[in-house]
Amino acid sequence: MGIIEAKKLIFEYIRRDEEGNVEGITRAVDEVDLDVKQGDFVAVLGHNGSGKSTLAKHLNAILYPTEGTVWVDGKDTAEEKYLWEIRQTAGMVFQNPDNQIIGQVVEEDVGFGPENMGVPTKEIWERVEESLKAVGMYQYRKHSPNKLSGGQKQRVSIAGVIAMHPKCIILDEPTAMLDPNGRKEVIRAVRALNQAEEITVILITHYMEEIIHADKAIVMDKGHIAMQGSPREIFSQVERLKELRLDVPQVTLLAYELKKSGIALPDGILTYEELVEALPFRQKTDRILNG
Amino acid sequence: MVIPMAIILDHVSHIYEEGTAMEVAALKDVSLTIPDGQFIGLIGHTGSGKSTLVQHLNGLMKPTSGHIYYNGADIHEEGFDKKELRSKVGLVFQYPEHQLFEVDVFSDVCFGPRNMGLDEKEVQLRAYAALKQVGLEDDYFYQSPFDLSGGQKRRAAIAGVLAMKPEVLILDEPTAGLDPKGRDEILDQIAALRDETGITVILVSHSMDDVAKYVDRIVVMNQGGVMYDDEPVNVFRYYKELEAVGLAAPQVTYIMQALKEKGFPVKTDIITIEEAKNEILRALGR
Repeated sequence: MGIIEAKKLIFEYIRRDEEGNVEGITRAVDEVDLDVKQGDFVAVLGHNGSGKSTLAKHLNAILYPTEGTVWVDGKDTAEEKYLWEIRQTAGMVFQNPDNQIIGQVVEEDVGFGPENMGVPTKEIWERVEESLKAVGMYQYRKHSPNKLSGGQKQRVSIAGVIAMHPKCIILDEPTAMLDPNGRKEVIRAVRALNQAEEITVILITHYMEEIIHADKAIVMDKGHIAMQGSPREIFSQVERLKELRLDVPQVTLLAYELKKSGIALPDGILTYEELVEALPFRQKTDRILNG
Repeated sequence: MVIPMAIILDHVSHIYEEGTAMEVAALKDVSLTIPDGQFIGLIGHTGSGKSTLVQHLNGLMKPTSGHIYYNGADIHEEGFDKKELRSKVGLVFQYPEHQLFEVDVFSDVCFGPRNMGLDEKEVQLRAYAALKQVGLEDDYFYQSPFDLSGGQKRRAAIAGVLAMKPEVLILDEPTAGLDPKGRDEILDQIAALRDETGITVILVSHSMDDVAKYVDRIVVMNQGGVMYDDEPVNVFRYYKELEAVGLAAPQVTYIMQALKEKGFPVKTDIITIEEAKNEILRALGR
């Protein structure tokens, strides 16, 4: 069994008018099956309102399924007795760093989670140190979070989650409010956690470039999974993604446009290096060299 | 012909807590001229002074030194009508949908023009026109703003500012949190609006790809000052310097750099996919 598994997950909410009468029922998540293995990096894409955040909130028991089941590390999220264990296993990072930071000093903020869990003081400090080092923020441990940049604040939020030693971390658009450097810092930190610490990562994002290193990408539409596969498989389907209000990385789009203009290129090019290698310029140089 | 200069900033500085130990210069000696009808991209890392700058343009913040002129008049001179200025220089904040509050979309958009003291017929005409300008369909007019999707809410909020018929529209990260299609739709609509009405647009953005695609001119802020102020293609030539201050060039610029480094005969001052495609096709002899 994977670290996170969902079977026929359905989530419905009831819409009411101002008098409280039921206006209708919206199915935000519709029969979703998921199987995430420990150590995987899974990206979740989907347009606004496609159900991806609602799905994410099921993965650490903020929401419970209307029908179907979600297991986190083998524990059914609908069972209240597992609530705290589940939240410790699967930590969540949200979009706005300012809503997630509470401490006056960076290291206090990061220590809040383990302290709340009743971790002994000495171990709290050890965890704070290792978490801040893991996101590259250790040198800021004595700083006030207010004075940090957006990317730095978001990395402190991530450190706060990993100080609780989760097996899985779920990030819901962690870079939406950040400048280019902040985005890079956060994605780099997330990849490092995944690779060095083997923490399972579930990353929700609207930035296609951020997920090219994911093991798997899931595309949500109208509450269900519309596409899934490796980033290369997903990004090979430019037209389909555009129908789903999404996009592909700029490199992939350029390759796609060149291909449409008659240049022979493989589908799903994801990096500059791949494009540079694949362009038929090389043959030309070879010809000159051999000629 | 004299080109009218909508906004002029003359040596504007803004220092928080001036004269105390907490003194921070948020704006340092900024001089800018913003002519009518330009589409300007304002970029800079978090804390570079972009938001402080735009709040000076409609008089929400007052410079600690320097002057700001709107159509020739000093906006902080006694007798200057600040209320009118705020309807002429419309500011759409980040996540403007958080400021929607009325029972339906149409009433929300009416709030601004009604506050200007216009008669009811004019208010409603303007609200209708503004909603059309942002591309919201009639079906949504009488829905609660809270029942709309993220992109629709954001359009409704932008319409609320447009209904005041501003001459200058400032948008602080209008596409943050929107899906890729939603980003393109909003920016396409703003570009079309600029072309149709000649409104001046100032777009604050963290997306270099968007800025490269849409604007005529880029102003780069760093540490409260203007670091570059030029056409996009000229600004992005300094991509290494931009990286040093937390920014970047559009992704295609890096692709062209990589091709050039490999020894391929391509130009590198390329900032959009379209340009990159044409340049690569040209270099390949197609």
